[in-house]
This record gives sequence, C-alpha cells and structure tokens, in this order.
Amino acid sequence: MSRRAVITGIGVRTPGGSGTKEFWDLLTSGRTATRPITFFDASPFRSRIAGEADFDPVSEGFTPREIRRMDRATQFAVACTRDAVADSGLDFASLDPSRVAVALGSAVASATSLENEYLVMSDAGRDWLVDPGHLSPYMFDYLSPGVMPAEIAWEVGAEGPVTMISDGCTSGLDAVGHGVQLIREGSADTVLAGAADTPVSPIVVACFDAIKATTPRNDEPATASRPFDGTRNGFVLAEGAAMFVLEEYERARARGAQIYAEVGGYATRSNAYHMTGLKKDGRELAEAIRAALDEARLDRGAVDYVNAHGSGTKQNDRHETAAFKRSLGEHAYAVPISSIKSMVGHSLGAIGSIEIAASVLAIRHNVVPPTANLSTPDPECDLDYVPRTARQQRVSTVLTVGSGFGGFQSAMVLHAPRGAAV
Amino acid sequence: MAEMTLEHLRGTLIACAGEEDSVDLSGDVLDVPFADLGYDSLALMESAAMIERDYGIELPEEEVARALTPRALLHLVNTLTAAAA
Amino acid sequence: MSAVRAVVTGLGVAAPNGLGAETYWKALLTGQSGIGPLSRFDTSGYPARLAGEIREFDAARHLPDRLLPQTDVSTRYAIAAADWALADAGIGDESDIADYDMGVVTSTAQGGFDFTHREFRKLWRQGPRFVSVYESFAWFYAVNTGQISIRNGMRGPSAALVGEQAGGLDAVGHARRTVRRGTRLVVSGGVDSAFDPWGWSAQLAGGLVSQATDPERAYLPFDAAACGYVPGEGGALLVVEDAVSARERGAAQVYGEIAGYAATFDPAPGSGRPPGLRGAAERAIADAGLEPGDIGAVFADAAGVPALDAAEARALRGIFGSRGVPVTAPKALTGRMYAGGGPADVAAALLALRDQVVPATARTASVPESYGLDLVVGEPRSIRTAAVLVLARGRHGFNAAVVLTTA
Repeated sequence: MSRRAVITGIGVRTPGGSGTKEFWDLLTSGRTATRPITFFDASPFRSRIAGEADFDPVSEGFTPREIRRMDRATQFAVACTRDAVADSGLDFASLDPSRVAVALGSAVASATSLENEYLVMSDAGRDWLVDPGHLSPYMFDYLSPGVMPAEIAWEVGAEGPVTMISDGCTSGLDAVGHGVQLIREGSADTVLAGAADTPVSPIVVACFDAIKATTPRNDEPATASRPFDGTRNGFVLAEGAAMFVLEEYERARARGAQIYAEVGGYATRSNAYHMTGLKKDGRELAEAIRAALDEARLDRGAVDYVNAHGSGTKQNDRHETAAFKRSLGEHAYAVPISSIKSMVGHSLGAIGSIEIAASVLAIRHNVVPPTANLSTPDPECDLDYVPRTARQQRVSTVLTVGSGFGGFQSAMVLHAPRGAAV
Repeated sequence: MAEMTLEHLRGTLIACAGEEDSVDLSGDVLDVPFADLGYDSLALMESAAMIERDYGIELPEEEVARALTPRALLHLVNTLTAAAA
Repeated sequence: MSAVRAVVTGLGVAAPNGLGAETYWKALLTGQSGIGPLSRFDTSGYPARLAGEIREFDAARHLPDRLLPQTDVSTRYAIAAADWALADAGIGDESDIADYDMGVVTSTAQGGFDFTHREFRKLWRQGPRFVSVYESFAWFYAVNTGQISIRNGMRGPSAALVGEQAGGLDAVGHARRTVRRGTRLVVSGGVDSAFDPWGWSAQLAGGLVSQATDPERAYLPFDAAACGYVPGEGGALLVVEDAVSARERGAAQVYGEIAGYAATFDPAPGSGRPPGLRGAAERAIADAGLEPGDIGAVFADAAGVPALDAAEARALRGIFGSRGVPVTAPKALTGRMYAGGGPADVAAALLALRDQVVPATARTASVPESYGLDLVVGEPRSIRTAAVLVLARGRHGFNAAVVLTTA
C-alpha cells in the first residue's frame, strides 16, 4: 500500500496578500501588488519596481528577541508556519516529534541581513578587511543559513529530517516535492514544507539589473509584470512566503482533517544548458511535466488548470509555451494557463510555494486566477493565458511548474481529494 | 577618446568571460559571430558594461543584443564615442 | 525497504591536504596536515588565524578558461572534484547513459561567498553598474549543482540542499533517494569555502572556531584540551549509481554501497531532552539492515568543542557501549570543510573499507576516560569489517548519519 501526501494547512505572505484570504482576494480580483521600491533608495538602479509585502513583525506578534535574531525571510517563514499550523487544526504537541520533518525552500536566504551587516562591517564597502570585532553570532547564521529551517523545526517541534532546499527559482516547488518524498518513503508522517525569500535588497536588484532580467518599466509599476504579453520585458522582483502542513493521507483522514488537495505527482529535471539561459524548445520542462503526470497516473487531458512559471521575461514565457505544447499536445490549447507573478511578482525561491498555494485555492474555490496586465498578443505565446479576469470553472486537477537559474525545471500535479465533496 | 580596436575588444572579452580553449582569438575574427567565438549573451552584457565604463558611453541594450560580431560591436561603440566627443 | 541498491563508483576529493581521492587518502594515513596560517588576506588583528587551506589548486589547469570569471573558488573545487569522480567512475563522452538518467545533488553551507563579497564591495564602493552579470548565480546555493549538471550534460533530477555542516551527508542520502526513484546515476557531495575577510569573520562569529596559534594544537577532536575547530575549505563529490546499472556498464570499481542513511533534528533548546545524533545513527544502522555490532569503525562529526565532543561520545557509548567501536576524525588534518566534510569522510570511509585500515585522529593525545571512546590515535589501525558509519552535525541541531558497506 503506497503512502500518499496531502495538504491540510496553508499560510501565505505576499505583496498585497497578508494571509490566505487576502492573498486569494488579490488573485481573484486581478489587482496587482507591484510598486516602486520603497525599502531603499532605488534611484541608481535600472529596475526600480518590486513586490514589497507590508509585513510588520511587531503586528505579526514576533517578540523583540525574535525580531532581533530572525532575518526577514525567516520571519515570513515562521509567520506562514504559524498560520498553516493553525489552519490544519493538527495538535503538533500530540505528535511523535521524530516523525515530523521540515523542508524549507529559499534561494537567497538571509540576503537582506547580509547586506545590512555588510554596510556596518565594511563601512559601506570601504574596508575589504571587514571589522573582525563585529562578532554578532547572527553573522554566522547569515553566512550559513541553516538557522532558517531550524526556526521552523523549533516552531513545530520537528525532530525528524530537517533541511533547506535551495534550487534557485524552483526552491519553493521542490521543497514541497521534497516533503512529499519524505512522506512517501516513510521517513515522516507530517512535514512543514514551503519556502520564503525576501530579496528586495540592493545586491539582488543589482545582479538582476546586470543581466537585464528584471523589467525597467519604472513609470508603470502596477502593470510592469506582464507574463505572456507581447510587450513584456522582464520580471518584477518580489518577496514572499508560503508554508504548508503536509500529512500522510491515511492519518489526515483518520483525524478528520480538512484536506485541500493531494500531491499526485512531482518531478524535476535539468536543462543542462546554461546557468541563466533557456532554449526555445522547452524539452526538459516538458519531460518534467510528463513525469509528474505519469506519477500522478493522470492523462494530460485531466489537467483543468495550469499554474505557469510565467516570469514575464521574453525567453521564459516563450520557453514555457513550447514546453506546454510539447507535453500537453492539443490540450495545451484548451486548458486555461495563468501566471500569478503578474500580480505578486517573482519572489525567487519562494514563488514556487506561493504558486502551489494559488493552485490549491483554485481547487478549493473552483476559480482560475487570471494573468494580469495581459493585453497585447504575442504570436509565440498563443495559448489561453486567462487575460485579466478570473474565471469560474471546475478545477479538480492543477499542474504547476517552475524554471530556475542553474537549469532546474520542475513540475507538480495537485488534485482535489478523491471521493471528497468539495 | 581614442577609437576602440579589435585588440581592445579582445582584451575586454577575455577579461569578462575568459577564452574558449578551442578558438583562436588572435586571428581575423572581425566577422565571426560571437556565439562561434564562445561568447554568450552574458559575456556580451558583461563586456558591454566594462566598455561603457572604460569609454564613458551608454550602450543601448537592444543595440548590443543586435551586434552579433566584433565588427558590429566595434562599429556601435565607435559611433557612440565619436558622437560623445 | 527498496530493492534498488545505490553504490559509489567514483571519488573526487579536493582537500587542504590532498587533491584527488588517493592523494587525500595517503595524506590521511601518513598524518599529513593541511592546516596552517590563512594566507588569503592579512589576518593580523583577527582572533583566529589558522585554516585548512587548499594551496596547490591551479584553477586554470583544472577548469576551462571561460568558467573562471563566473565561478567562486568553492565552485571551482566542486567542478574539478566532480570531473575527477566521473573520470574515476569511467563516465565520459563514450558512456551511453542517457542525459535524463543522470542527476546532480550537492550541498553547500556558505555558497560562493568570496565571489559575492567582491560584488557587494563593487556595488557599495562604485555603484550598481559595476556588479557582474555572474553575481546572478555565482554565489547562490544551487550553483555547484547547476554548473556540474551543465558541464556534464546531466538532465535528470537535481537538487541543492543546505543543512549547515550536516548537509553534505544529506546530499549523499538524497542521491540514494534519487537513484531509488529511478535515476541511474547521481553525482553527489558537497564543497565549501569562505576564506575572504568577511566570510572568515562570519565563521569566527559563530563562537566555536579555535583561537589557538599552534597548528599542531588548534583542532584536537575529543582531546581534553579541545578548544574549537579550525575552518577548512574543500570537500568531495562522489558518483552514486544504481548497482545494476553499474554492473551492466562494467564499472571499473565499486567502492561500496550507501546501505543506510538517516537524518534527525535536535529537540528545541530548553526541552531537556537529548540531542538527536544517537537517533540518526541508530536509524541509519537499522536502515542498512544491520546491528551496531556490525559496524567496524565510526568517522565522527568531531566538533572539537568539549561540550559537543562529550555529547557525541555519549551518543556513541549509548549505541556501541564504552570503547565499543574504533572511532576516528581524519578532519583534524583538514579542518572542518562544512558541507564538504561529510562527503570527504564518506570517501575516506569507503577507502577504509577497501584497504581495511582506519586513519588516526591526528594530534589528539589525551581523550578523557569519561568519554568511553576507543579513538584511533597515533597510527592508522587495521580493521576487519564490511560496514562503516559516518556522522555529521550542523549548527542549531542538524544530525545526519550514513552507513557504508562493502558492495
């Protein structure tokens, strides 16, 4: 009897989406939460827009000690964990802690804190030989961010396998996939899985400026993230997090848990082509999609909604369109496909988890979120990308995908709990 | 500012992105596509940024992307340095 | 229990006392140390100045020129070590393993830190337009997985894990998981390096780095005079394969099997319950289908900090009984290589199985009786065993254990 993994609790923090309800309201409204950068003086930079979350650790209930020791990304992850745990109704204190695991995704981890510390230690870049007297123990943790999944483990009392998955922009998808693997192989019964990234910091903005991957459409911040649109010219950097309670299915059913969705299949491949570039044919992403559907034992025609990576760069959206056609065949032209990065921006390692949240909520509510800002057609992106307006329809099976620097290509199939009345 | 030569460009490319072992950059490569010389879009972006700093000019992104050979890039750079002079 | 067996068919090691698995192994057996004064910058004024530094790695010799501007020093070691492991395993252009049948799983604790420090400096001293295009990937934790996968055309499932100093063993465990899920071959391991002034300061900020000034006395795992660890750089990459696949393609050697793996996390501070290292070790042994009595040697985590040494000794006593198994810490000769330490220990453990000899824990002379440890000191010790246990712990509570057996 093979073990199955289901999602029983969700927590989300995104620009314009503090909590699951606000997040879903944003997505279904088609409003966008991208704006001019306010976190620092962005005037010297090429791209001056970001998805910034209005996240105040004090209002979130963090103590001064917690705020002092936790990097912003960690705060997001812990806030989402608290929400997910409450949402699941699972009494973690009653669990065998050795059967509780953590799989936390993050691409740039403590980048924000690193940069803040750097300015102090180096006197704003003047000193190569940074001040060795600056011995805050937190500095070790910013260099070596194992503390991030540790905080999640402490939060829920996890003593099973705990790890950070850092696969660039597929971290969030892969972290949940990792959690599913732990449950399926019997290493854990309950997993806190998800991801967090708070990369809206000068060094990260600068590195995407250098490769011209982010959009310089600074005079139109609200509509700058334009996945699949003919006038798209880059992604909008953002921060965010989403965490899930993943449970082994029989245990979830036995305790009468609310089950949002089952993870039917997960697969990842690499394009082994270029650290940042993508070929036009989408071959490896198509292969990941095929493998995920295969594992879920579903025919491609069963997919009701595709939650795309849709970062809004010229190359990605073209690559992804090709991958959908390759893997879904004729069905690619019939199934609605949308990118929520149009609304919440691209939070790097976190977005894969945030997109799983959107996928699961789509199943829960039978609504497909739109791709905002989509108005100019692109002949290379000629599928149904649900322009601007959310759509009411039956959503039982969702395919969500991601693509990341380093060549990562990942796919996950989620479906409504079988036999349940939704 | 003096004109940028192939020699200068060669030095810039190598400094920014190294040298492909199997390619001889010292020959007449003016019309060899950058891709054949082993230089991808990242290499060109990095080199363009260095050229901008060295020559005090702004290289429009789309025009750099369209300059597929050393000759084309040198032409772009030298047109702009002449205009800036 | 999976029917698929994951074996190791190639080793690549980049360590302060040896480049290449055999050189490293010989250095461990002869007690050759790679610890000395850190030479990468002027360390006067820093409270700790000794490191396990790789001094003879000429990047231009080991890597194509075009990879040099875009790689941090740690990535250079990773790419080279992966090359050596693949060559050792006989995997090359003529191999007919399909691209989708090969994956890469690596761990790093610190990312490409030297590289990113330089970029931070350029940003803040000179401005955003001076930041390199390569900063978009050269420092993030997935970089070694990405570069190895590209260089070797590996399109199967890949991953990058961060588990502080236990992450390297988690990568090896995940490689086995990936092979069991159907991928024929996985290049796996870990590498770390952060020897620029900022990386160095950050490591010191952890409070556990030895401030001793004598290289012979700075890192003494399990010694009564233990006073911290010496940071190292480097690590190891291994070729992990489905045993059937290895046999069918006629692999030149099978070093051993990854027979058992487990990971745990310590109870939260203040819980009053014991750390999880013992649990990880016991589970890994059970996972291998073995009993503690089957284990012929233990390659310890060896924090070199008295409280942590005592905790590890307690865990080992609990499983094996007082002086119940030979224990060693060859990392005394290299320093702690963070995510690279576990995989380097796995390489050494496999060679220990091959040669039936355990290297000594260099420099440690006086192990407290209360530890109940049979630490191999002075000279290497002959063993007769088919199973070896490797342990690693990471800051804040990570524990990982791997059991290797003769294939």
